[in-house]
Amino acid sequence: MSETRKPLLHVEDLKQYFRVNRKQVTKAVDGISFDIYEGETYGLVGESGSGKSTTGRAIIRLYDPTGGKIIFDGHDISGRLSKEDERYLRTNMAMIFQDPMACLNPRKKVKEIIAEGLEIHHLCSSQAEVDEKVNEVLDKVGLSREQATRFPHQFSGGQRQRVGIARALVMNPRLVIADECISALDVSIQAQVVNLMKDLQDDLGTTYLFIAHDLSMVKYISDRIGVMHLGHIVETGTTDEIFENPIHPYTKSLLSAIPHPNPIVEKKRIALSYNKDEEGVDYEAGHEHVLSETHKVLATDEEFAKWTAA
Amino acid sequence: MAKFKRDKNERVLSIRDLNISFKTNYGTVRAIRGVRLDLFQGETIAIVGESGSGKSVTVKTMMGILDSNGTIDSGSIIYRCREKDGSEIEYDLTKMSQKDIRYKLCGKHIAMVFQDPMTSLDPTMTIGRQIMEPILEHETVSRAEAADRALKLLDEVGINEPSKTFKQYPHELSGGMRQRVVIAIALACDPDILICDEPTTALDVTIQAKILEKIKEIQLKKNISVIYITHDLGVVAKVADYVAVMYAGRIVEKGNINEVFYDPRHPYTWGLLSSMPDVDTDSDRLFAIPGSPPNLMEEVVGDAFAPRNPFALKIDYREEPPMYDVGGQHRVASWLCDPHAPKVEVPAELKVRIEKMKKEAGVQ
Repeated sequence: MSETRKPLLHVEDLKQYFRVNRKQVTKAVDGISFDIYEGETYGLVGESGSGKSTTGRAIIRLYDPTGGKIIFDGHDISGRLSKEDERYLRTNMAMIFQDPMACLNPRKKVKEIIAEGLEIHHLCSSQAEVDEKVNEVLDKVGLSREQATRFPHQFSGGQRQRVGIARALVMNPRLVIADECISALDVSIQAQVVNLMKDLQDDLGTTYLFIAHDLSMVKYISDRIGVMHLGHIVETGTTDEIFENPIHPYTKSLLSAIPHPNPIVEKKRIALSYNKDEEGVDYEAGHEHVLSETHKVLATDEEFAKWTAA
Repeated sequence: MAKFKRDKNERVLSIRDLNISFKTNYGTVRAIRGVRLDLFQGETIAIVGESGSGKSVTVKTMMGILDSNGTIDSGSIIYRCREKDGSEIEYDLTKMSQKDIRYKLCGKHIAMVFQDPMTSLDPTMTIGRQIMEPILEHETVSRAEAADRALKLLDEVGINEPSKTFKQYPHELSGGMRQRVVIAIALACDPDILICDEPTTALDVTIQAKILEKIKEIQLKKNISVIYITHDLGVVAKVADYVAVMYAGRIVEKGNINEVFYDPRHPYTWGLLSSMPDVDTDSDRLFAIPGSPPNLMEEVVGDAFAPRNPFALKIDYREEPPMYDVGGQHRVASWLCDPHAPKVEVPAELKVRIEKMKKEAGVQ
């Protein structure tokens, strides 16, 4: 990782609160910061309710962030969006959603679903150009051109997720946010989709923000990983650093929960549990401890000493 | 690890040559094509396969909740149980009406835990009432007694404050807690067989481990038989004594867990094991099984897996392989196990992985 690389996405102290009622506010994302560099894959992991999906949705502005700064390729996209910034954001950032059954419009043909972005932004001058672009992207994701005139229900789950990926890639985005895009698929199909995403990254140099709760899949695709818990990034580092030398007890419990396909070992193994309140960990009080240029842990000084000593 | 003894007298469930098809607008789908499987007292079996391989249909038939367009074409599911007075009764579930199964067996003898705890609980009833419901339905006990048992069950499945949870509604609980409640309901009438249909897919990995450990603990205490349905081989490795791998409505490989995991013989099992992400290797590509499962609307000629199988022989495209006995409890439906077949080695990468697994486990 070189110093000179400029971050494509810079997130600083991002906050996303939801007002439940007059008295109660849910702090889904509570002041997180990270950078994503051009051409890399940043994995965001955590349990459900940790705020990882909210982070992705806030970045692409499906929500209006409560506070903090998001800088995407030199454009500030956190506050009110100017017309140009909004256009830049919408054409250069795309999202792949979790459930391929639910995120495709059942009344539209696959061709129309994929071309929708091109048409809204008037990126093509003629219908022929649109068709050509759609065909190109279909080839890339491994669907045949004849399938373009079919409807989503005529595809299997894995193929539908390919349509979702094609729709995200047709605009040639610089950043793709993949929100649990493989969780709803079968194991053998998961591998196909992950491999496809890696191949496309090699071809096109797309940057990914990969959101998942399954650390073992994240390991295959990510260069760097951020571990989220209750709206905070508790640990971040390169994939090797997180897997070889986890510091935060939450990261350790996540790692220990990965099931191994080895019956004798697996039957004896007991997963580590982690309870924030029992251990008395206070995320609000913690600050960032730097272990290496890339490896950072959120902790108070005492906690840090305790975790590194063990 | 002590191997699970499969004693003939302890058989609680035996499925023989089961064939099930569904009539749809587009034609008949042959979802189950000749399944044979046994379940013994106190045993845990796992049925593994992709979606559409027929694993859920198999267990739905046992519960009498087969969809209305499905028909059992042939075969039998024999369920043996001991009544309270000690007499032994045999039921053939395929001959009983769905209503009969539901009145006589469901809940009382065979209980099921569904995939999604969010939708399998009634949002308008308190947790306590939902656990009491099956008890009051199946047994003649007073409400107070039923409530008492419900509290005990909540405690058993690992809920910290049973009396508080008793009065709560499902939306007040987290996903893991809800799944515990669902398990408590399933256990309410002391069933002999517990069917878990992807019990942890909707849950986080950290909670998954706890739920599985809990089910295991309860199983040992009550000596019940458990059937897991899952596509996650990590879960299988953790809980199962015996594994059946299903593909396109047939069982392609079955055997006790060590046989299947340390000495897989069917190319589909090879594919499944290789596509599991391995945390310890540095390789940055995952193995993926090419193609997608077959459409069962069409007649399957030969081995259904042949088009996706790099090791397919010519005969795979013409004739369906029989079940070969490869020693122990291990049975494989693949022509590769035929004495006349050419010798095909396990893919190198998987071989390395299995060797490593064996070394970690300390077996030869």
